[in-house]
Amino acid sequence: MTAHQKMDKADSRNRLDDMVQGLVGSPMDRPDGPLKVSGRATYAHEWDVPDMLYGVLVRATISKGRVTDVASSYLIGKNGVRAVITDDRLLRRPAQGGADEAPPQGSKQVDYFGQPIALVVADSFEQARHGANILAVSYEAEGNAAFDPEAADTETDQPEDDQLDQGDLDQAMTDAAFTVDQVYRTPGHNSAAMEPHCAIASWDGDKLTLRGSYQMLNFNINELADALHIVPDNIRMLSPYVGGGFGSKLGISPEAVSAAIAAKEIGQPVCVALSRPQVFETTMRRSETRQHVRLACGEDGVLTGIGHECLVSNLPGESFYEPVTQATHFMYGGKHRKLGIEVARINRTCGGSVRAPGEAVGMQVLENAMDELAEAAGIDPVELRRRNVPDRHPEQDIPYSSRRFIEALDEGAIIFEWDKRNKMPGSLREGDWLIGHGMAGAARVNILSEAKAKVTLLADGSAVVETDMTDIGTGTYAILTQIAGEMLGLPADKIETKLGDSDLPSGPGSGGSWGAASTGSAVFLACEDIRKAIAKKLGIDEADLRLAEGKAGRGDTAQPITEVLDGTPISAIGHIEPGQTLEEMQQATYGSYFAEVAVNAVTGETRVKRMLGVFGAGRILNEKTATSQCYGGMIWGIGSALTEELVFDNRDGHIVNHDLAEYHIPVNLDVPQIEVVLLEERDEWASPIQAKGIGELGICGAAAAVTNAIYNATGIRIRDYPATLDKLLADLPGG
Amino acid sequence: MKPFTYARATDRADAIAQGGNATYIAGGTNLLDLMKLEVMAPDKLVDINRLDLAEISGTDDGALRIGALVTNSDCAADTRVRQDYPVLSRAILAGASGQLRNKATTGGNLCQRTRCYYFYDMAIPCNKREPGSGCQAMQGFNRIHAILGASDACIATYPGDMAVAMTALDAQIQIEGADGETRLVPIQEFHLLPGDHPEKDNILAAGELITGVILPPPVEGKQIYRKVRDRASYAFALCSLAAVVEMDGETIASAALAFGGLAHKPWRDPDVEALLVGEKPSADLFGKAADQLLADAQGYGSNDFKIPLTKRVLISVLKEATDKGAAA
Ligand SMILES: Cc1cc2nc3c(=O)[nH]c(=O)nc-3n(C[C@H](O)[C@H](O)[C@H](O)COP(=O)(O)OP(=O)(O)OC[C@H]3O[C@@H](n4cnc5c(N)ncnc54)[C@H](O)[C@@H]3O)c2cc1C
Ligand code: SF4
Repeated sequence: MTAHQKMDKADSRNRLDDMVQGLVGSPMDRPDGPLKVSGRATYAHEWDVPDMLYGVLVRATISKGRVTDVASSYLIGKNGVRAVITDDRLLRRPAQGGADEAPPQGSKQVDYFGQPIALVVADSFEQARHGANILAVSYEAEGNAAFDPEAADTETDQPEDDQLDQGDLDQAMTDAAFTVDQVYRTPGHNSAAMEPHCAIASWDGDKLTLRGSYQMLNFNINELADALHIVPDNIRMLSPYVGGGFGSKLGISPEAVSAAIAAKEIGQPVCVALSRPQVFETTMRRSETRQHVRLACGEDGVLTGIGHECLVSNLPGESFYEPVTQATHFMYGGKHRKLGIEVARINRTCGGSVRAPGEAVGMQVLENAMDELAEAAGIDPVELRRRNVPDRHPEQDIPYSSRRFIEALDEGAIIFEWDKRNKMPGSLREGDWLIGHGMAGAARVNILSEAKAKVTLLADGSAVVETDMTDIGTGTYAILTQIAGEMLGLPADKIETKLGDSDLPSGPGSGGSWGAASTGSAVFLACEDIRKAIAKKLGIDEADLRLAEGKAGRGDTAQPITEVLDGTPISAIGHIEPGQTLEEMQQATYGSYFAEVAVNAVTGETRVKRMLGVFGAGRILNEKTATSQCYGGMIWGIGSALTEELVFDNRDGHIVNHDLAEYHIPVNLDVPQIEVVLLEERDEWASPIQAKGIGELGICGAAAAVTNAIYNATGIRIRDYPATLDKLLADLPGG
Repeated sequence: MKPFTYARATDRADAIAQGGNATYIAGGTNLLDLMKLEVMAPDKLVDINRLDLAEISGTDDGALRIGALVTNSDCAADTRVRQDYPVLSRAILAGASGQLRNKATTGGNLCQRTRCYYFYDMAIPCNKREPGSGCQAMQGFNRIHAILGASDACIATYPGDMAVAMTALDAQIQIEGADGETRLVPIQEFHLLPGDHPEKDNILAAGELITGVILPPPVEGKQIYRKVRDRASYAFALCSLAAVVEMDGETIASAALAFGGLAHKPWRDPDVEALLVGEKPSADLFGKAADQLLADAQGYGSNDFKIPLTKRVLISVLKEATDKGAAA
């Protein structure tokens, strides 16, 4: 049985609300939680594969040019070294998310400092690492590499579909009662997932099993097959547990392809793991941005124009670029609009998707500019935003699906006691600390992707959910269990959810916040089909069927589900496809952030004292995991605001701070008790479960609340992120 | 990791006998990181963790001896240290993380190497790692680098906290050499400035073993440790200041000021201290002290901010230290 639904129209049945098991929405603990905290969940590097060898990738130490010689012969056979792989199929960088084909290959050409150019394979990891450290490589460097995206002679191009010139913004700026015209900069980021990338390849004849840490198996398998020149049917990928991805594991990456090549060549399984510096150098970076924002409004604060023109960067030839203006297109009104993206072509680590590509940096800056406009116009920042919520998409003239932005602003203002804040910048002091408050809006586009999942109700009254979907720490095991349990009237411990196996029905994986709503809908549809089959057996209407606590029936005439099944399991495949509702409605998630900071008047150190996020993201499937996603996003927002920055040396483009000692993600002490409030919402245009994505929403503007609060505390506008103390020092009063 | 041999020393004599052509390993929290990268690639490791050096004990003349293997956690938590040398306890607790402090030892902490990014990257020239190869930090990214006492060869800093407090306390380091003799070295003489030999961090000769640190008998006065860093915890000091300041009525009787994060060693400037002693605290005086301290300071671009930062920190700490109202 396959239950198929294409989202060509709204699904306002809200079927999940008719269910009575009480699982969906509840803050259920993750079923995989105990395994993870006790070390029993098998991450990529932890598989016990017999006869396994270890490979370590070798990095290029030039920025552009060719490898002319790899002197491997003196290494092989000594100190456990088995082989040095320099195959034309090695990846020069990972595939972009959803690429579905191999990224640029070949170990001879070097495009950036740190690029993998060879793999040293040895009996032990330590031996392989030493081999990689001492491998002598000769190069022919090309002198024309570019490193600085803003340098006058750096080549740039402008992706056609991302340029908008509507009305006359220059005129609107001239005519406006109040304007903002500022340039902001955000630095590059690395995903810095807790689990470094790793792959173990083992061959059985022509069949490859790849155990690795990846987000989108359905695509990864095709990328891997394409890279190896084999058919996808010969590959099985296993990623049951992924220790964080944030975009860095969307596409197949060099460790997987090199492990597969080496394992085939040597005839033994090979494990390739990246060290932390390699994670920084060879996985995707978030591009740094330069953002020129112009805002024009009348006396009433209503926007008449928005300009958002951005410079980002990537390697020559890469089609991905940071879509900085993604939410600017629909967030606020204003007739005159100029939005554009320019891509500088430079020889730095490849740019790609990092949590909330686009909004993470775009909303951050737009919300700073809105704060500046609020001040210029003398209007409360919350009120300014309320006044600029458009009725219809200001460019495409389509309606919005459900949007709880104003509610998020109002609710947040009440909870945070926004009206009690000190409005005069730089005037609230406690000892050496200057105290300030700031807020910002949040928005992130919503995406539904095609997904399939299989659900089987077994004769013993338990159920199995199967899909190649991944759980990258987000809680997929929990929410799919909950949806199935809710629909089939089973407690969570009667459901087994199997994920991360490419042999299972495929979905879009985890990325772009689409995973839960997409695969969740597929599970829902499969369960609906099973419900129909049960209703049929009972001779009743599915609408009247009540499934709860392992019993089936209508009203109080329930009987154990096992009796109804009578020894015959029922299984169904759910299949969801995006459709017209994505085109006809502007779909997004919204929210608000409020932050209180203390800035040390002597040293410029900023500490966030409290932070609130209020979010509307459709139906919340699990309050606990959804809240945790928001925590994570907001914590990254704190990092973006205060400390996180990839530093490149513009003499050769290498990443200077490529470890967690000097790339400063927030630590516990940097993070105050964060409060997250999730608004009740059903978005019937988004999915048959009325859910939208929530994985990225927490970061989409969060940093702006912090820097707006720094302004309120000190009177200093930070337009060059992160707000490290050196940028504040000169204008602070001192002790 | 380069292959190496490993031996566990049974006692001090055994360690020193084996130590001549070997590298000691204590907590390993710095050494192992560097060995993985092959920034350090010893042929032989001598494990000193079984030596009898994990005691904190009082001496007859009222000093406190901290054994070289006392962990940072134990040292910071010791009642005598907390009572009589609170600046040391606070400095240690301001460093690294709980997990690291549980492993890190007193001797290892003194010998921890710089955090210069270029030093850590084997593909980048660095005079400290490979004498004569050049210094990429000088014209590169040098946010965490020195503003005092640097040389044309190297602008790295000693990154630690513990030694900064020990410097303000006039600690002495006990070192045992190949001859079995123990010498006592004032901590100010232990770390070296980079000069023409940035590869040498400190005065230890091959095979010499740090056995302990002697803290002189407790002194009067307020003890303050102020550490400025990029995040609230788990970050090295951009600038830190250990201050032990004693007042005599209205005037400053003594001031021991040691700075971290500014130089290749914990930095003490006797002229600055002399300028303060006997004077009444005032904004003017503190400003003069800061100007004196920073007269020869030099920034290299990304670390320019350390000069005004240090001035602010010194003035603020001196205010706190000489303010009768505030608690120490
Ligand atoms: C991420 C991170 C953050 C950190 N943050 C801070 C911080 O904020 N502040 C701070 O002060 N420190 C910090 N540290 C450094 C930490 O304090 C040091 O790594 C630790 O103190 C070293 O002690 P150990 O016993 O582990 O030394 P080891 O790594 O064992 O040894 C270090 C060096 O000392 C030598 N050595 C050790 N013992 C002796 C001895 N008895 N005699 C002679 N030589 C000896 C070794 O040969 C080696 O060269 C941090 C470290 C890390 C990894
Ligand atoms: S500052 Fe010193 S440690 Fe850093 S690169 Fe220069 S020589 Fe090497």
